[in-house]
Amino acid sequence: MLDFSVVIGGAAGEGVQTLGEILARTVLGHGYPVFATQEYESRIRGGVNSVRLRVTDVPVEAPRHRADVLLTLNEAARDHYVPLLAESAVLVTAAGEGDLVLPFGRIAREEFDNPLLANSIAAGALVALLGIPLDTLSRVLRERFSEKDPGIVEANLRAAGAGFSLIEQVENAPWRGRISAQLAIPRQDRAHTFITAHEAIPLAAVAAGCRFIAAYPMSPSTGIITTLAIDATLGVFAEQAEDEIAAINMALGASYAGARAMTATSGGGFALMTEGLSLAGMTETPIVILLAQRPGPATGLPTRTAQEDLLFAIHAGHGEFPRLVLAPSDPLDAFQQTLRAFDLADTFQIPVLLLTDQFLADSRFSYERFDVRAARGSERFARPGGGEAYARYRFTERGVSPRLYPGQSPHLVCADSDEHDETGHITEDLVGTRPKMVAKRARKRQALQAAAPAPEVFRLDDADTVVVGWGSTRGAIREAIVQLREAGARVGAMHFHEVWPLPQRSFRRGKRVIVVEGNDTGQFATLLRGTWGIGIDNVISRSDGLPIEAEDIRRAIDE
Amino acid sequence: MSERDLFQSDVENQWCPGCPNYGILEALKRALQGLGRAPHEVCLVSGIGQAAKLPHYLRCNLFNGLHGRAIPAAIGIHVANPKLMTIVTSGDGDLYGEGGNHLLHAFRRNPDITVVVHDNRIYALTKGQASPTTPLGEPTRLQVRGVASRPAQMLATAIVQGCTFVARGYAGRIDHLADVLTHAISHRGLSLVDVIQPCLTWGRHPTRWYEERLEPIPSDHDPSDRVASLALAMDAPARFPIGIIYQTKPIPTFGETYRRWNGDVPLAEMEPIPHSEITRRLARFRIHVGRKEKGDLT
Repeated sequence: MLDFSVVIGGAAGEGVQTLGEILARTVLGHGYPVFATQEYESRIRGGVNSVRLRVTDVPVEAPRHRADVLLTLNEAARDHYVPLLAESAVLVTAAGEGDLVLPFGRIAREEFDNPLLANSIAAGALVALLGIPLDTLSRVLRERFSEKDPGIVEANLRAAGAGFSLIEQVENAPWRGRISAQLAIPRQDRAHTFITAHEAIPLAAVAAGCRFIAAYPMSPSTGIITTLAIDATLGVFAEQAEDEIAAINMALGASYAGARAMTATSGGGFALMTEGLSLAGMTETPIVILLAQRPGPATGLPTRTAQEDLLFAIHAGHGEFPRLVLAPSDPLDAFQQTLRAFDLADTFQIPVLLLTDQFLADSRFSYERFDVRAARGSERFARPGGGEAYARYRFTERGVSPRLYPGQSPHLVCADSDEHDETGHITEDLVGTRPKMVAKRARKRQALQAAAPAPEVFRLDDADTVVVGWGSTRGAIREAIVQLREAGARVGAMHFHEVWPLPQRSFRRGKRVIVVEGNDTGQFATLLRGTWGIGIDNVISRSDGLPIEAEDIRRAIDE
Repeated sequence: MSERDLFQSDVENQWCPGCPNYGILEALKRALQGLGRAPHEVCLVSGIGQAAKLPHYLRCNLFNGLHGRAIPAAIGIHVANPKLMTIVTSGDGDLYGEGGNHLLHAFRRNPDITVVVHDNRIYALTKGQASPTTPLGEPTRLQVRGVASRPAQMLATAIVQGCTFVARGYAGRIDHLADVLTHAISHRGLSLVDVIQPCLTWGRHPTRWYEERLEPIPSDHDPSDRVASLALAMDAPARFPIGIIYQTKPIPTFGETYRRWNGDVPLAEMEPIPHSEITRRLARFRIHVGRKEKGDLT
């Protein structure tokens, strides 16, 4: 099976991301899927950053910690990323020792009198190395610079050509053919959707009817409000709030007044939102909160990935109220789960959390098909009755009361963060009202639990070992299962896309249970022990801020 | 129902007997009646505290949210439905203390809402601690040796931060206050009305002390003169000018650009974005082999 990785390393501001994007699009334009991850430091200039492209013949959903081709744009990056080199890999450097030393910057200055063309020269060299026709790269560059001056397009095309020739001119290179033979045949019939989860989620939110977002910028969540704010034709009112407290309270105000509303943040910002979360629970105001995880505690590693906020998301907020926590595994799942999040937030009049992470935010997945369903046009509001008095919190069998929004009809809509009576007015009736309101909210929790879907299972039938995961680890776990199965192990996987409430389910005893998650304390394992009462034999985790890979899982299970 | 009773709520009032909050409630009721709005066209928003209970005592829509967070909730409500007359009523501790940051930024945004601050210069519901407006040196139940921080100058701050309508009223002068509130609500943009509301339980001074220090705003004051208004707004411990201190000509309000594009309909009533618009945008992420054909959206 075709599976090789290209790593491009350099300093922030050197164009690592642009180069990675151009190369990825060229490989995809050649018909091969790419899985692209970024890892970067929390700074705007300098340091070491990389883009990693994993090229395969069928799409994969996890990175691989190796480089078959490593291109470094400066010496510090070279030294930093050399440990990634696989056996018989090719190392191309702009400076420092390598199989090929190609000073792109100098060539750009001396031959083109334009240092900005260095990356197009590098792109040309990489494309030649991979055995992809120059035409394919030229098409990508034309698309990329389509809005620029024709002179700029032309200069970049010539620079790419020059980079391409640099490789062609190298004679007797032992690596020639080893790489390029793998991609020799362009696959005319393949097209791919190349997308991150955080590019899919805003579009899904719009599809679901979201009309309002307020958020405070925080990595890795900022892309959500940015997408919604930039494209005014999406019709979403987007406001950068003064802090996360304002963000969630604005969204709740908008939702109370009838808008489908959301906010997006990361752990620290979510910590500030927790009082608002509790307010959503008490006032039964629907809201979708995207929580993009990154390693903590406190500021932690702002640009890295983790699954450390699971129990926080489930338990955040004072008092007791029902909520739903969804954990999409990939961009397509993120799209569908976002539709579901808005739908269920309205159906149950509750806060719904979407748990993503930096890995999902920044990694581009390739899909042969990216088919999304249209949003269900659910009835969000009750029909205002005639004369009878309206009670926003009327006691019902399901615990969900008919919802109207203020101004919709002559009926008055009263929402209160205090304990309230059926009409929404403050009460201290401890005998009649309070126990009934607690029971009403509890009925919603029970209904949510009853509706919780079973986890997704993978090759579980004859398995004696069950690998349990949630959210973004799905791709790595599946890959590990396939590899372990090939080696004769009887392993299967159980994956949760919805982490709260967990479905009521009895777990077949006698199997070895291993939980995979991106935190140090085994948070999902704790949840499973407590909810399902099963023993967990091992937790495979990673807490260095990098995504879990199949290799991590395979190695741990082999041991 | 007679017009007099239109906004009359039947919820039991929890305020202390004789509290000047009743005066604010009555003035607001008169202002709303005078403006000819129906209860369902009005939305009162509050935080937490004695003042924040006011929305329950007036028949209209209400969102009684969290301590300090009435302003962002009101902004969200106003954006979602600009046809609602959105009015915030809460205390000085709520709006100037816990929620001070939101107020500072609300001045910059200029949403078309009215903010009524019941300013009793004390935390009453928590039993007598200093508020941001308690005078320097005044002893309280917590600051027993006297408040060590100077009081917040919120009316002056409002003018400096670009608030477009700044006024002060007195809870005991109901007609005057109703008139100020009418102007505040009618003003297009953010209106801040600080209402002096002596606390009968925790306050240091009897109501007469305040009444002796009230001063009408001089008839020659020009509310559009920012510098003169600022001088008037700067707190002096022994005098309280009441009336409209500052008012600018209408400037763009929060959300106007969005509304120019999308009209004035409530967000809840807007037509959904067609699914084809979503798939069209998703198609931009599609990378084809060879030349992309026109209309190839798979």
